[in-house]
Amino acid sequence: MPKLRFGKGGQPLTDSNLLLVITVSIFAAMYIISMIAFGGGFLNPQQFLNLFNENASLIVLACGLSIVMVTAGIDISVGGVTALVTVCCAVHLQGQGGNVPASLILALAIGVAFGLIQGLLVAYLDVQPFIITLAGMFLARGAATMVEVNPITVTHAGFAALRKIEIRIPGIGYYAKNGNFINSKIELGVIIALIVLIAVFAMFKWTRFGRNLYAIGGNSQSALMLGINIKRTKFFAYLLCGGLAGLGGFIYLLHTGSGAVTQATGTEMKAIAASIIGGFLLSGGVGNILGTLFGVISLVTINNIVVSMGLKGPWWQGITTGAMLCFFIVLQSIIMSRRNGGKAVRPIWMRKSREIGS
Amino acid sequence: MKETVLEMRNISKEFPGVKALQNVSFTLREGEIHALMGENGAGKSTLIKVLTGVYSMDSGQICLSGKPIKIKSPQDAQAFGISTVYQEVTLCPNLTVAENMFIGRGKYSFVKWAEMNRKAKMLLDNLGIPAKPAQQLASCSLGVQQMVAIARAVDMDCKALILDEPTSSLDEQEVVKLFSLMRDLRSRGVGIVFVTHFLEQVYEVCDKITVLRSGEFVGEYSVEELPRLDLIAKMMGKELSSLSEISEAASMVHESESDFVYEAKNLSGSNGTKPFDFSIRRGEVNGFTGLLGSGRSESVRTIFGADKALSGDIRVGGKPARIAKPFDAMKARIGYLPEDRKRDGIIADLSVRDNIIMALQVMRGAFRPFSKQEAEDFATEYIELLGIKTASADAPVGSLSGGNQQKVILARWLLTHPDYLILDEPTRGIDIGTKVEIQKLVLRLASEGMAITFISSEIEEMLRVCSRMIVMRDRNVVGELTGSELTQDKIMRTIAGGAANAQA
Ligand SMILES: Nc1ncnc2c1ncn2[C@@H]1O[C@H](COP(=O)(O)OP(=O)(O)OP(=O)(O)O)[C@@H](O)[C@H]1O
Ligand SMILES: [Mg+2]
Repeated sequence: MPKLRFGKGGQPLTDSNLLLVITVSIFAAMYIISMIAFGGGFLNPQQFLNLFNENASLIVLACGLSIVMVTAGIDISVGGVTALVTVCCAVHLQGQGGNVPASLILALAIGVAFGLIQGLLVAYLDVQPFIITLAGMFLARGAATMVEVNPITVTHAGFAALRKIEIRIPGIGYYAKNGNFINSKIELGVIIALIVLIAVFAMFKWTRFGRNLYAIGGNSQSALMLGINIKRTKFFAYLLCGGLAGLGGFIYLLHTGSGAVTQATGTEMKAIAASIIGGFLLSGGVGNILGTLFGVISLVTINNIVVSMGLKGPWWQGITTGAMLCFFIVLQSIIMSRRNGGKAVRPIWMRKSREIGS
Repeated sequence: MKETVLEMRNISKEFPGVKALQNVSFTLREGEIHALMGENGAGKSTLIKVLTGVYSMDSGQICLSGKPIKIKSPQDAQAFGISTVYQEVTLCPNLTVAENMFIGRGKYSFVKWAEMNRKAKMLLDNLGIPAKPAQQLASCSLGVQQMVAIARAVDMDCKALILDEPTSSLDEQEVVKLFSLMRDLRSRGVGIVFVTHFLEQVYEVCDKITVLRSGEFVGEYSVEELPRLDLIAKMMGKELSSLSEISEAASMVHESESDFVYEAKNLSGSNGTKPFDFSIRRGEVNGFTGLLGSGRSESVRTIFGADKALSGDIRVGGKPARIAKPFDAMKARIGYLPEDRKRDGIIADLSVRDNIIMALQVMRGAFRPFSKQEAEDFATEYIELLGIKTASADAPVGSLSGGNQQKVILARWLLTHPDYLILDEPTRGIDIGTKVEIQKLVLRLASEGMAITFISSEIEEMLRVCSRMIVMRDRNVVGELTGSELTQDKIMRTIAGGAANAQA
């Protein structure tokens, strides 16, 4: 296969960027085809922006997951933490003296607490991240039930005001039936999510910590010998992921306005799927955070397409999400192995260690 | 007397079942190149890893410029001015070349890509390393990766530089470059520890030699007082008389007019190998020679199907055959020991036994597993035959010394008893005693009827075992030498081109 040469100075693209290009192209193709085939909602800029409005919290959670996944780790507690945060914040806001800043701090504190404990166990005691965050997931949901069994709708005035904030984008919009031009809008959560995304992007690209994360995912033994403190780096990865889960929970509450144990069920899996689609391989060391964003909106778009095709049954969403994940993983592995000279057909011990995964 | 840079006193280290180091002492002085010698598994790499904080020692003391220090991690070692190139390339394949040179060093919180790439480019250019700063490391050859690791180490402002078998994957020109670099650093007062199994290299650059044997300290000598044969005797712990076998192997002659095992006409490969004809008979040992990058490894990869063939008529045992992938070759009873074993060969977490029987298992098919006893017997046989130093056949291969890992993969292919065996650098990283054993084994297998292709960057070694040499340059076969033509001089001239063609 001829080497792709899009990178700077005629360099072949790095694996991370190659995967990003694939994700973005597929999303663009998918969206453009839908615009042509289904028209309607797909032509409405608001529907495009709703991809973000409805998934701001997922974007934040997926950013956190990308951070741990690039170190070849995983965190499946984020959905549970989100639920716990919505419940705790709702209880706080509905109680006496509840106020918005305190609820935000509460959300972050809950997330950081989970990240702290999980990070300590994974990094310093070498506990399997899957196991420990599985425990974290159960713990978070359990704690949420303990705090409040019934769903709570937040009626706190300050919070409601915050929920109403929406940013109209000048020049972009559509004509309503009565002929008025309606500007498209995005919610406050989206702004926060995009700031997080940019911050994570900058961290990955320009900070020592960010690059150390990639080094650890590439080969943790080598990273150690290159003088990287892998324990501390891993610890902070989980800490950050936890903190982002807390923030994601707050945004979730901001979007839905109600706290409940059942909120965000399966969100951790969606966040993992979004990261994988975005190019973060489970084996670690590759991925570009912009890919994660496209991973999130691809996941949602495919569901919209299914609905547009008239497949209304709720099971279709699960099936298409599964199929798409499968498609991406197969595509990625084909491209990555072709890139390494078609060595995937070799018996396992003859492959590059990178293909096997460390 | 020069100042002592680094002193290790009475270091002991035990792994489960192995006393890797027992009361070993080592002294490195300013501005000296100090060879650390010993057979495979003697404890050289372990000593180095103890020094750099990868392993913690059981007892002993490390002093830097006379002061006792504690080194708990490679990070500490770097901070104390000890920079290291480990035996296995320990870089991150997913990062760029420049990042690999600078990550984990110094004090910074933000990455300045432009500056880093510029510095990296300067270093790469200075050392003549054919890599671009922004290139992903995985796309570089092993030799280049090794040079990148070296560039990283020498760029650090260090008091002590440790090089664990840096030359095993370098070609001659790169070795020359490395040596001039080492001499330069020596003149600036850096103490250098150098590990290698190439004795000539020791005598070319080193001032001092410390010998280890089975984890014990044998002695420290200056190069002048320890001639080659004494050094070998010190490493092996044997008397000189038993070493005369070394030259004996060379005297064997082998000629045969038997059947062709493998024939290829007009074979060319997707890896850039230009079309060539090649055939080999039963009981013959031939070699591909040429400079690194001349295509000698690529040719055999094409024969084995490890790289795709673009054209060629292939006959195996006289019958037309199709070899599109390694599995086809294995079914046609061809075995191949790859050059790049660190990447293509070892599965570190599997036991020595499983690694040995792996290829044979594939040939038998996955549904006919070996009985425990059979596997045990095979493993024991080859562990003994090649002198593999391991705590047991159950130990994971990753816990073996570098040289012993190589022996395990060699055993894997020898066990399959193929009709035609391709060995690409089978003795790389293997100590001198075992090298001779392997050469003898190759000749014995040939006398039993096996056809063998033997590739080595040491021409003397090839002259000892090969009865026919195919000379390559720029991915072309440029000559074929047999019988009395097989001299070092003649080979060199053919590689260089010109004279040889005129006489042919
Ligand atoms: N991580 C480990 N776990 C268990 N045993 C080990 C480990 N590392 C090394 N050993 C054992 O310690 C001994 C010394 O190994 P070491 O790697 O130091 O040898 P070496 O002198 O570097 O040999 P070589 O020339 O083959 O590289 C060997 O017997 C090896 O099996
Ligand atoms: Mg070693």
